[in-house]
Parts: sequence; structure tokens; C-alpha cells
Amino acid sequence: MNVLNFINSFFSDNAHWQGYDGIPTRVGEHIEYTLMALGIAAAVGLPIGLVTGHTGRGGNALALIATSARALPSFGLMVLMFILLGLGMAPVMIPLVVLAVPPILVTTYEAMRSVDPAPVDAARGMGMAETAVLFRVELPVALPLILSGLRSAAIQIVSTATIAAYVSFGGLGRYIIDGLYQRNYEKVVGGATLVAAMALATLGLFWALGRLAVSPGVRRRH
Amino acid sequence: MIRIDSVTKRYPDGTVAVDRLSLDIPDRSITVLVGPSGCGKTTTLRMINRMVEPSEGTILLDGVDSRQQPVNTLRRSMGYVIQNAGLFQHRTILDNIATVPRMLGWGKEKSRARARELMERVGLDGALAKRYPYQLSGGQQQRVGVARALAADPPVLLMDEPFSAVDPVVRKGLQDELLRIQEELGKTIVFVTHDIDEAVKLGTMVAVMRTGGKLAQFAPPAELLSHPADAFVEDFLGADRGIRRLSFFPSAGLELLASPIVAVDATAEQIAAAGAAGAPYLLVTDADGKPLGWSEPRELTAGEIKTDRLLSYGRPFVTGADSLRAALDCAVLSPTGWAVAVDAEGRAAGVVSQQVIGEAIRGAHAERRADAEPGADGGEIQKVAP
Repeated sequence: MNVLNFINSFFSDNAHWQGYDGIPTRVGEHIEYTLMALGIAAAVGLPIGLVTGHTGRGGNALALIATSARALPSFGLMVLMFILLGLGMAPVMIPLVVLAVPPILVTTYEAMRSVDPAPVDAARGMGMAETAVLFRVELPVALPLILSGLRSAAIQIVSTATIAAYVSFGGLGRYIIDGLYQRNYEKVVGGATLVAAMALATLGLFWALGRLAVSPGVRRRH
Repeated sequence: MIRIDSVTKRYPDGTVAVDRLSLDIPDRSITVLVGPSGCGKTTTLRMINRMVEPSEGTILLDGVDSRQQPVNTLRRSMGYVIQNAGLFQHRTILDNIATVPRMLGWGKEKSRARARELMERVGLDGALAKRYPYQLSGGQQQRVGVARALAADPPVLLMDEPFSAVDPVVRKGLQDELLRIQEELGKTIVFVTHDIDEAVKLGTMVAVMRTGGKLAQFAPPAELLSHPADAFVEDFLGADRGIRRLSFFPSAGLELLASPIVAVDATAEQIAAAGAAGAPYLLVTDADGKPLGWSEPRELTAGEIKTDRLLSYGRPFVTGADSLRAALDCAVLSPTGWAVAVDAEGRAAGVVSQQVIGEAIRGAHAERRADAEPGADGGEIQKVAP
């Protein structure tokens, strides 16, 4: 049987569409983990990136932290956290957040640094308050790049959130891990396909968000 | 009045950008700060709205220390125009212009109405209101920059090399526009440039600065050109300052000759009379009196004047409106050595030889010297369009 047959039989099996191990439930759980991890990572990465980018200070320290964080293997980190903290959501969230913060932080910093300094100078010169300079002059122009950082973070979370299943949580990782144990490759391929589809859906979502939130005067440039 | 009172700007690394500078900037006129790069002209400008804080000395606005009011209140009372305009690319042209009124809490509709008014004032087509900056040319963007600075009707306008990044033709248009706007609004404008021609053209007063942030000379442009304070200023003014100075002498006093002018349908008697006046060439005009070209008197036959055989008359000058520099330029460019003067409608008003223009220049110099010597001030000199 080839992969397409696996996919076909996985999705055409009615049993896969209902119950606590059904596709809607697992997709729902996966979305929940993703949103939670992305929310925490954004809450950490965005403010730090915005402020350091605006002031231009701390760029080197950021790069160092981001590079070290990227070097941590998510799976290993989760197992370590599981041993340290025991069963719970935290051992799952910590590696996902560690994974997602660097792209958000670094691109936000870079996005703010790459804003043309002339309008910023003009804004200060006409007496705009510093917070208004940040939110009304720099942020709207930096937005496309910031969104691209959030997008890559989201996609990485979507694919990595499968590890939650290792520590007995749900999500789409359930199909992959259970499928491997049960030698049910139909399940493995089906779960992987769903993860890929969610990653694509995330791309589409961010594209729509960009259309909605970025000014036409800025969008043209990117 | 803006009074810069022995102001020094020293950076932490010891660099002195501005060195004990004192300058009284008169109200409702254009004061130009000019000098080579590194002379501290931009730093001086930026100290006026406290984008740069002076290390020593004070800047007084109508006698009050500029540090007395909150910095953003100060800045909102001064329009600020920079090179490349610095427009907000995520906002439409209209919203860019409405920025300061919005900050002052004017309300959306009132701010936008004001912005529309200003677009017209700076010569921008109202159809551009909903466009974004990237859709505009460099010259149009700079007009938006000026409109944005004028939006809240501030008494002071600070302009930092605003026209440096556009091509010469557009720059000339922007300069003329600024002079026109200034005539209507009468702002106190401080204008920074490295271009001495721009300084001479725009400035009511010109402050020439030298490297190290020192003032070399502060004078009206005509005086700058006639009496440079030292070798540095003279060098900075360039080789043709004598010619450029003629921009400040009106052509109105030139004695124009009308006798060597004949219409294309002139009779034999008229041609003979014009030729007898002694001029080596006659200027032929059309029936309306507009110049067509030069010819030697003996080449002209009544009723058979071939307009395509006439010598070109170059570019005429407008008598009264143009300066002696324009008149001299016309004479130099004319193949006959005679300049053609026209009235505002473009009809030939008379002709004048290089020799007569030369005498007028000498006469004007003598007169100016007699005027300028006692006070050495020359503040009453009227500027004429070059």
C-alpha cells in the first residue's frame, strides 16, 4: 500500500471522525496547544523585541539568547521538564515557548531596526510622544516582518506540538505515536497529513491577517 | 524672534559641533544656515526644537528660554521639514498632513479639512489625497512634507536640507513655491542647506558657518556677495559671485532703445528710419510686437522680410521684473550682443547693448557702495527675481 492509500483509508474511516480520539477532538487539542504556546511566546518576544528594536539597545544580547535557545532540542527539553516538574501542561509548554520565542524576538527586533529613520525623526521633530512614535510610526511599518516572525513561530509550534503526546497529552501527535506503537501506519500517515494541513492553514491565516492589518502603503514594499 | 545666545554643542567624545554661536533670527523672514558638511548647521537647527540639547548657552524664543516649556509642546509649535520628507508610508497623503492637528486634538474632520486646504496651498492635486507616499514623486513627497509642517499653522518653520534630494528642475520649482508660500504666510523660517545658490536665492539673511561650528558671516545675501567677510566666505561663495550678485540689481533702470525695432510688415520708410538710427542690427517683430529675430538693416526689404532668415534673439528678459543678471545673460547669449527686453505679455519693449548693461552695472555698484558704506548694513536691499 502506498501513502495515498493510507491517507485515503484513514480519512474515509468513520470511526476516525468521532469520540475522544476522533479527528475533530485531536485537531481541537492541537490548536489549543498551539495557541497557548504562541500566546505565551508572543507575550514574551513581542514586547522585548519592540522595546529593544525601538531603542536599539541590547541587540547583541538578544542574538546570543536566541541562538542558545535554538540549540536546545525540544524533545529533550520536554523530557527533562517532565522529570523535573512531573505530569502537567508546563513540561509541554516550556519547550514549545523556547522554540517559538527566538523567531518572534529576533524578527521583531530586526523589523523595528529596519524602519526608515527619517519618518521617525520627523515624528519626534513634530512633537510626537515616544510611545506614539513606537506604536503609530514604527510598528505599522515593521508589521509585515513582525507577522512573518509570528508565522514561522506558529508553524514550528504546529509541527512540534506533536511531542505532547509523549507525555500522555492529546493533539495530533497522538495518532503518530499510537500508530507507531500499534504498527498502524495508516494512523501515522493520517496524523502527519493533518499536521501538514494545519501548517498550511496557519500560512493561509497569516496571509489573511497581513491583508487585513497591514496598510496598503506598506504592503506594497514587501 | 529666535535668539541663539552663545550656544555650544559638545559631544561626549569631545567633538565640538557648534562653538559659542550667537545668532538673532528675525521674525517673518527666511534665515538660511549654510556651510560645508560638518559645520554644525544641522545641529544648530536641531537645537532650536531641542532634537539636540545645547551643552552651553541658551536659545530664547521671544525672550523666553526654550527649555521653559515641555519639549513636545515646543516642537508642536514649530513645523519641521527634513530631507526626503520623511513621510509616514502607512498613512495616506491626507492623514500625513493631518498628523500635527490630530496630535493637538483637532478632531478628524477638522484636521482633514485643514489638510485639504494645505494640499492646495503647496500646489498638490487634491486627487492625491487618498494615495500613499510611495505613489508620489520625490518632489510631490517634499511638498507633502512642507504641507505637513504647516498644518497646525506654527509661527516657526525649521527646514533641514529639504530640497537636496530632488533633481535641479524640481528643486527650482520647490524653491519658487516656498518663496510664494512665504509671501502669503510670513513664517519665521530657518533653512539649512549646503548649496550657496539656494541660500542666496531664498535667504533674507544668510549665516555662513565654517567647520568646527563657528559663524563666519551673517548678512543679507547681497551684502554677502559684495562684501565677503574673509577668504573662507569668499571661497565658499564660488568663482562667479560677481555675476550672481547682479541678481540683486533691478533691470528697471536700463535705458532701452526702441528705435531699432521694426515690425515684419514695416514700410520701406520705417526700415530706413530704423536703420538710420545707427544700430548695427534691427529686431524684427511680428504684427503683435513679439520678437522674431535680428537682421542687418540692408538685408531687410519692405514686404519681403523672410522670417526664417533672421538671426535668433536668444532668451529675452522681462523689463522691470528680471534682474541685471538676466539682462546680461540675454546680451551674452544673443548673437548680436544686444539683449531683447519684453514686457509682461512678451511684446518687445526695447533692445539694449552689452555696453549699456555694463555701464548700468558700474552705476549700480557705485550707488550701492554709497548706500552701504555708512551703515555697512544693506538691510533695505530689495531682492529681484534672478
